Amino acid sequence: MSSAPTELDESDEAVRVRMVVNGRKVACDVAPRVTLVDCLRGQLELTGTHVGCEMGACGACLVQLDGRAVHACLMFAVQADGARIDTIEGLSESGVIADLQAEFHRRNALQCGFCTPGMLINAHELLSQVSRPSREAIRDALSGNFCRCTGYEAIVDAIAAVAEARAAAAQGRGDSSR
Amino acid sequence: MKARAFSYFRAGTIDEALAAHADAGDDARFIAGGQSLVPALALRLQAPRILIDINHIDELRSVRREGEWLRLGALTRHCEMLTEPLVAEFAPLLRAAAPFVAHPAIRNRGTLGGSVALADPASEFPAMVLALDAEIEIAGPSGRRCVKASDFFIDLFETALAPGELLVAIRVPLFRSNQRIAFDELARRRGDYALVGCGMIATLDRDRIADISIALFSVGNVPTRARSVEAVLVGSSLDAGRIAAAQAALSADLAPADSDDVPAAMRVHLARVLLGRLLGRLGEVR
Ligand SMILES: Cc1cc2nc3c(=O)[nH]c(=O)nc-3n(C[C@H](O)[C@H](O)[C@H](O)COP(=O)(O)OP(=O)(O)OC[C@H]3O[C@@H](n4cnc5c(N)ncnc54)[C@H](O)[C@@H]3O)c2cc1C
Ligand code: FES
Ligand code: FES
Repeated sequence: MSSAPTELDESDEAVRVRMVVNGRKVACDVAPRVTLVDCLRGQLELTGTHVGCEMGACGACLVQLDGRAVHACLMFAVQADGARIDTIEGLSESGVIADLQAEFHRRNALQCGFCTPGMLINAHELLSQVSRPSREAIRDALSGNFCRCTGYEAIVDAIAAVAEARAAAAQGRGDSSR
Repeated sequence: MKARAFSYFRAGTIDEALAAHADAGDDARFIAGGQSLVPALALRLQAPRILIDINHIDELRSVRREGEWLRLGALTRHCEMLTEPLVAEFAPLLRAAAPFVAHPAIRNRGTLGGSVALADPASEFPAMVLALDAEIEIAGPSGRRCVKASDFFIDLFETALAPGELLVAIRVPLFRSNQRIAFDELARRRGDYALVGCGMIATLDRDRIADISIALFSVGNVPTRARSVEAVLVGSSLDAGRIAAAQAALSADLAPADSDDVPAAMRVHLARVLLGRLLGRLGEVR
């Protein structure tokens, strides 16, 4: 414990992190200060998760941690050791948000697309908790997601439309659980 | 920006966390939800040498009834305030405040212990802990102790927690059927920190207020009890005249500083408006 530079190097040494990312077991070596979003985008080459403000303000970096939406810029990759992470790539491949994606596309709810992965992950969580959210509840759920292009209206429209469609489909199936 | 290099330790028990902190000295930080600490690290407002992760300490996790108290572990996430039935039944004031804390994804991760330990004067939960006359359980190198909320918040981001001490749980007196609560805040944008916020809990004796506790946030360096207002209200009923008298008394309780975007006079005005609305609501639910 003598000179500062040695200590900094020591604490910056990579540690092994094991996670299940989009259903696949992965291991990577990262320094403790590397955020989950940088690990996903850099080492794991999953660039669908975007990174904007790096301080929890914009919502571009949302992923699912053990099934719940969290900001990947507000946790370090080492903290996710042993956890299940699902990114926009995994949710897309599995098809669970295909209707949301189609409706975003149809209604021009994305332009540059920078905010879209975060919007979709939040919308997905909202619709899994509330089957027919009011427009106000949708806006509330998206309050931490910035979009610089669309003005939000089309995004709210798309989510409301999917909620309606899913509720109608559930009714058609005689499914009263939701 | 990126955080400065640090080493990382995942504690499995309270004792492990305390020992790791004691070993590292001043240069260690506990990390709970990380929703305030990680931005501070990214901006290099803080640069500890070691982070001690307390997220895997099971002892910090439970919400349970203990005699006349509801005991909420430090790791109770903000989102659990909205879903945990014990909170709805026995601490409805915390339930009422929770939707105003940040945004859904931040509530999935942020913790009650982190919010209270940080003591941001604009935060909802520290003020509600004060309104509820809660007790704060603390573990440190020299053992356990309990601090009353009224003694806990000392100054801007300064609490009764000494460096290296861990906030273990918060205990709030069980809500009773003759009590009423009200909570609201004024913010420019949903999810933003409030320009001013207020929560209250009243004990009723028929139509009169037997006891009332009112706490405001975003009105100064610490969450603030409105003691003069409380004194005006105790023993009386909530008619328009009494509410006006309570609003008039509020300036004796608040001394906010001018800030760039909110002059002190505006903040006191907003607090008065909010107080009037909330007392009106308390009156209605009877
Ligand atoms: C965009 C954004 C908006 C937000 N809006 C709001 C809002 O409107 N209202 C609001 O109240 N909050 C808001 N927050 C903050 C959020 O509520 C945090 O979760 C909370 O302030 C801190 O809790 P945490 O568990 O994340 O703590 P951390 O960030 O992990 O820690 C905060 C501090 O407390 C210490 N600490 C944590 N737990 C303990 C413990 N058990 N014992 C001792 N020390 C401990 C840490 O060492 C650190 O110094 C917002 C955050 C963001 C990013
Ligand atoms: S990059 Fe995470 S919230 Fe902006
Ligand atoms: S589509 Fe460009 S930021 Fe939302």
